[in-house]
Amino acid sequence: MVRIGITVFPGSNCDRDVHHILNNVFHVDARYIWYESSIDNFDCIIIPGGFTYGDRLRAGAIAAHSTIMNKIMDLADDNVPILGICNGFQILVESGLLPGALIVNESLSFICKWMNVVVTNTDTPFTNLFEKNQKISIPIAHGEGRFIIDGKSYSKIRKNNQVTLEYWKNNPNGSTNNIAAICNEKGNVMGMMPHPERGSDRDLIPVGHNQSSILIFKSMINYFK
Amino acid sequence: MNILNIDEYSYLKKKLRREPNELEQFIISAEWSEHCSYKSSKKHLKLLPMKGNHVLVGPGYDAGVIDVGNGYVVTVHIESHNHPSAVEPYGGAATGVGGVIRDILSMGSRPVALYNALRFGPVDRNSKFGSKNRWLLKNVVKGIADYGNCIGVPTVGGEVEFDKSFDNYCLVDVASIGYTKLENLVMNTAKKGDLLILGGNATGVDGIHGASFASKNLDEENRSAVQIPDPFLEKLLMEATLEAIENDCVKTMKDLGGGGLSCCLSESADSLKKGFLVDLSTIPLKQTNMTDAQIMISESQERMLYIVNEKKKLEFFKIFDKYNVNYSEIGYVTDDLNLSVVREGNTLACMPAKIIAHAPLLNRKFKQPSYLDAIVKSFREPEPQMDIKKLVFKMLSNLSICSRKWIYEQFDHEVGVRTVSKPGASDSSVIKLDEGKFLSFKLDGNAKHCYLNPYEGIIGCLAESLRNLTCVGASPLGIVDHLQFGNPENEEIFWTFLQTINGIRDYCKYMNIPVVGGKVSLYNETSSGPIKPCPVIGMLGLIDSKNKIKYPKYTSNQSIFVIGTTKDEMGGSEYFEYCLNVLGGKVPHVDLEEQRNVIESIKNLIDGDLITGVHDCSKGGMIVSMLEMALHSNIGFKVSVDKMPNKCSRLDYLLFSESHNRFIFTTNHDSKIIRYLKKRKIPYARIGASSNDRTCLIDYKGKAVFNSSLETISQSYHNSFTNLFTKSN
Repeated sequence: MVRIGITVFPGSNCDRDVHHILNNVFHVDARYIWYESSIDNFDCIIIPGGFTYGDRLRAGAIAAHSTIMNKIMDLADDNVPILGICNGFQILVESGLLPGALIVNESLSFICKWMNVVVTNTDTPFTNLFEKNQKISIPIAHGEGRFIIDGKSYSKIRKNNQVTLEYWKNNPNGSTNNIAAICNEKGNVMGMMPHPERGSDRDLIPVGHNQSSILIFKSMINYFK
Repeated sequence: MNILNIDEYSYLKKKLRREPNELEQFIISAEWSEHCSYKSSKKHLKLLPMKGNHVLVGPGYDAGVIDVGNGYVVTVHIESHNHPSAVEPYGGAATGVGGVIRDILSMGSRPVALYNALRFGPVDRNSKFGSKNRWLLKNVVKGIADYGNCIGVPTVGGEVEFDKSFDNYCLVDVASIGYTKLENLVMNTAKKGDLLILGGNATGVDGIHGASFASKNLDEENRSAVQIPDPFLEKLLMEATLEAIENDCVKTMKDLGGGGLSCCLSESADSLKKGFLVDLSTIPLKQTNMTDAQIMISESQERMLYIVNEKKKLEFFKIFDKYNVNYSEIGYVTDDLNLSVVREGNTLACMPAKIIAHAPLLNRKFKQPSYLDAIVKSFREPEPQMDIKKLVFKMLSNLSICSRKWIYEQFDHEVGVRTVSKPGASDSSVIKLDEGKFLSFKLDGNAKHCYLNPYEGIIGCLAESLRNLTCVGASPLGIVDHLQFGNPENEEIFWTFLQTINGIRDYCKYMNIPVVGGKVSLYNETSSGPIKPCPVIGMLGLIDSKNKIKYPKYTSNQSIFVIGTTKDEMGGSEYFEYCLNVLGGKVPHVDLEEQRNVIESIKNLIDGDLITGVHDCSKGGMIVSMLEMALHSNIGFKVSVDKMPNKCSRLDYLLFSESHNRFIFTTNHDSKIIRYLKKRKIPYARIGASSNDRTCLIDYKGKAVFNSSLETISQSYHNSFTNLFTKSN
């Protein structure tokens, strides 16, 4: 059975949520990895959301320079799937595993709400069960989620099909070209601002939305079958 | 300057049988402040019913504890941070959140939800203090958001009200719910030789005199009393504490809040019936040159006191080291019942903890306020208003009525994966517990009603909370009350306080709902006078099945029913005060027997799966409830309002009256519903039906009085708040 590691930094908040969903909804073997401990023997790593180091300096900046991130970079080289959610995405960008930057929302306020996003790349370990351009429901909650990237790099990630999720109709934070998630060139590292763990328990889906974001984790488990 | 007043000094001297020294007087003055000692209110609070089948721990502790079955408990507490927020809204509100989280933590439970009730003066551009009030609102919301979001506890519900009596001031009430297994509750025991450990933040001069600051009318210049928030540290402190509890390292725990070490140490020693010896040289300080008194009364945030057995000490330290949270052994438990404060062997203060923790209680005088008579005398019934459409749109853009999306979207309300009903979506919040149960909690207050009639007003708040809980299928477990008034030394203000206590007592006894916790906040005054009496009620309920959770939502072609009688009860209504600027009139009365009957009926209709959507009717009247349902459904309706059971003399009163015991609901089972309501002798009417399109049509005696598309209605309702902050100020 697939073994998933969930990193826990000082200030991680969504580690418990991801752990709960993977263990109690999907019944897979998901374990916490305290940031000072060993990272061996995992098939896949999730860097969950939260406020690591209290967002000091910049969201994700301090965690990105921790020892465990060096090890995660090695795993990324070895094609191990690595998923960063929200603050996890910020950490991946700050560590250089993903291009671009995440800056303060255009509104300058934290924003928490349910959104619709479109899956634009179905060729990753995290999106392989979606249909191309499938519209899914998923909540966001961030203060620094505005993805920006220079024009040249944008052309490059577009050409490589690295944009994986785009906000549908409403852009909540001013991200370049509605980008909600991107992956690296090989596709094994993905960062996303929306929270799939919050859309995976059917009791928590608000009326008018669906449980389709559950396919993010399902894709990941499916990838190892 | 005297540290204590003459009466308290003599009382202390008599009790000690000697002169107290200066440090002792500082300790006493912190603990005997109104904020910590409840010296004005305590006698009266004892009148409230506090016992119930599910109540494991009632008022008087850091949080109330309620048994929710299957070996799980829920903890609940409410706090306010009014004085600090009024001078420094961001830090004041943020540290308010931090404080209530530590109260929940103190019982050994993980905080799983946050709520807030906020009061401000009018924030619109035409108001005299609009820009100051707007500044307060914006920063209070940001303070709550930044603290709650960072620490990872979702803010899942709240309410806000605007009134001139809060000009230049604000009320920031925060409540929190905790959830844990019964076996993880910290049982608060100690024996001689156990260690006192102070964990978390170092002690500094921030928050010096905070408790006495909050026990006087507001002095804006006194800014040093506001505490500094550090949610990241509190997050680490929370995780370290919970891990220490899980490993059975903690025998007793208490949050350091108002009054700092003085209150925390004396209250814990007293409730444990033990003595403490504390060495001030062991307290980690933020700066040098702090006096002993400053150390004892500092209210630096993110600190907790732990009592740990010597054998568990190393394990406890290891856990705190893992999280990089500071701690220090500051003393030990004794059997002498004294709080002894020493520095390197020299005794600085030594008094029985019982004396410190029990301030001499006061018998405050009271009399009926003269303003009540004056309002009755000056009241003139306003002329009937004919332009209903204009009034409705005015009401929908009223910030006490319209959508609060601008506020709650700044709060992470999803973290923790328990939030079933999102803010604004239902009459009361719903979170998911384990074992297939759900918990609902709702805060309600109404300063306008409570000002005109404190007794009817508070009963109305309680009745509204229960109706809100009923809409989501919850049965009440208990309430917390937050009693906020002006200066209690003013006999008229104290009368309003006593009326409020009587109201809570009468309602809770009749409905058999225990009071499980609460808080009193007095001296809420500025140079322009006292706030209106502003008690806030938080009611907690349990839902045993997901199917019972109803939303104010319908589909096309469903029958719309109204139950309960609408009366000419316009006193303190948003219609009188906001739309017409009229003060006075009769405040809505709650007939308790009728309420029980109406609540029981809605409950049975929900249980029988006969209702599709249901909504309470309160602020703004039935018209607001109808339009809110249409907005939630995104479908219009056609109704005849003259069919509503009513004793109203005129159309505007019929639409905007805030009479209690009313619900609006939709159904596909007309005949079953009618048969049931007739049997129970409930006043009801089928007033119309939902339509196929997005138009809302209201008739009165055969004539159309309101006709509007949902797009237009939505613009007023959804954008009023946002416009206030997005258009250039």
